[in-house]
Amino acid sequence: MSAPMLEVRDLHVSYGGIAAVKGIGFEVAAGEMVCLIGANGAGKTTTLKALARLLPAQGAIHYAGHSILHRPVHALIGDGMTLVPEGRGVFARLTVAENLGMGAYCRDNRAEIAADLDRVYGLLPRLKERAPQLAGTLSGGEQQMLAIGRALMSRPKLLLLDEPSMGLAPLMVQKVFEVIRSVAAQGVTILLVEQNARLALSVASRGYVMESGTIALSDSGPALLANPKVREAYLGE
Amino acid sequence: MDTFIQQIINGLVLGSIYALVALGYTMVYGILGLINFAHGEVVMIGALTALTVIKLLANSDLPGTLVVLIGLLAAVPVCMALGFAIERIAYRPLRLAPRLAPLITAIGVSIVLQQLAMIFWGRNYHAFPPILPTSGRDIGGAHITDVQIVIVLLAVAIMAGLMLLVNRTRLGRAMRATAENPQIAGLMGVNINVIISATFLIGSALAAVAGTMVSANYAIAHYHMGFILGLKAFTAAVLGGIGNLPGAMLGGVLLGLIESLGAGYIGDLTGGFLGSHYQDVFAFFVLILVLVFRPSGLMGEKVAERA
Ligand SMILES: Nc1ncnc2c1ncn2[C@@H]1O[C@H](COP(=O)(O)OP(=O)(O)OP(=O)(O)O)[C@@H](O)[C@H]1O
Ligand SMILES: [Mg+2]
Repeated sequence: MSAPMLEVRDLHVSYGGIAAVKGIGFEVAAGEMVCLIGANGAGKTTTLKALARLLPAQGAIHYAGHSILHRPVHALIGDGMTLVPEGRGVFARLTVAENLGMGAYCRDNRAEIAADLDRVYGLLPRLKERAPQLAGTLSGGEQQMLAIGRALMSRPKLLLLDEPSMGLAPLMVQKVFEVIRSVAAQGVTILLVEQNARLALSVASRGYVMESGTIALSDSGPALLANPKVREAYLGE
Repeated sequence: MDTFIQQIINGLVLGSIYALVALGYTMVYGILGLINFAHGEVVMIGALTALTVIKLLANSDLPGTLVVLIGLLAAVPVCMALGFAIERIAYRPLRLAPRLAPLITAIGVSIVLQQLAMIFWGRNYHAFPPILPTSGRDIGGAHITDVQIVIVLLAVAIMAGLMLLVNRTRLGRAMRATAENPQIAGLMGVNINVIISATFLIGSALAAVAGTMVSANYAIAHYHMGFILGLKAFTAAVLGGIGNLPGAMLGGVLLGLIESLGAGYIGDLTGGFLGSHYQDVFAFFVLILVLVFRPSGLMGEKVAERA
């Protein structure tokens, strides 16, 4: 087996002396969809932010065979690693089309960008209707679609998704997950952070369970779904 | 009636200059949330650099307009380098510091630049050599010189160009994205240090143009001209809504008109008790009124969210 696309070893992240992530390790192989679940405050967002270099961290993070622990934030999207942050982070005062354009900021092949834009509009037709509108005027679900579409405009190899279902009505959650599935089906590697453990475990091939800054469990999606501890703590049974 | 039209003309000329300077304040504020109090000094150094070059060439055979253009073209890179250096040396190390630190630093930079200018250019007023054409035209009993027409047209052209840059180019889009959320802009691959430097470079280039215009229009420049000019342009930016580009333009022109009309009529209004040298009062009166009644300015959104 070749080296994993993302390999994290003994990762520590703290906020001014208070440890939030305490020496976790995990890996994501190319083409895989892996999820990271856990209660509020377990350290999931902190982990993703450390991967995206938004937070300083100790330990080892290898992406595509190279350490990215000292890579500048703005270099990673060009490397093929794109974070869709918690709370979407769309640019409210830019139009939908401009937001999508920001996803392709690092690319310069105009023909390829135009083709990708067509593909994103095909996947997310709602965005096409709203193209000239300011992103701040979109509904929460539409903003989540936009955040994913914007990330796709970077042609990611590894997509980091932080709680894409947050604050969405069940129908919208279904739609967002359909999109995530089809992105995965196109071969994009995905690390998915979710509160909605049932949904996450049903789409991911493997999962890690985070508990107060450590990884408590890891197994295949179906095995975690069947695990009594997981059922009790995260599936409300 | 002719006083009125004359003051409108004077106000538009002055307002165009304020607008160019106000843009520098508002662009930096939009991206860094910082009031760059040293910006007025950049205008002053632009004015004195241009004037120095102009005086050097004044007795040559070159036509006066060309001499002024050369002076302007010398001031632009000097101011750009200065603005770039100010950000790198004074503000960047304080990027993560509490907000008061860069503000105090800005005032410090302002004092340092003023003192350096005093050492370099002396304490005297520098007169603009009479090399520009004095031709002009009469409109409804008032007079506008060709130089003033050029000032207004150039300011309008520059502002139109800036709006195109900000709204229609990749750099402009990245600037707007960074102003809204630098962290997410970084995730999209924007090197925000580059964007911040670009903002200072552009603002300082505008300051150089404004400085040259001031010295050409008022025929004078001196080392402490930047303080009051900067404060007024800052007032204009606040009036329009700080952080808002069209707001800075509107605020600049309005402030120029208010000052000019105020100065024109203050004698009549106070029965001759106060004269037109009280012109400066109006800007600060406007600043106080805006801060009390509409702190977000005419075109701004909630300032509280950022402040
Ligand atoms: N900026 C911050 N400063 C200090 N502590 C923080 C900060 N952000 C997060 N924390 C703390 O770090 C811990 C992990 O937070 P994190 O946001 O990573 O949790 P999470 O697993 O993403 O939770 P949620 O499911 O609620 O999003 C929490 O205890 C939180 O209070
Ligand atoms: Mg979180």
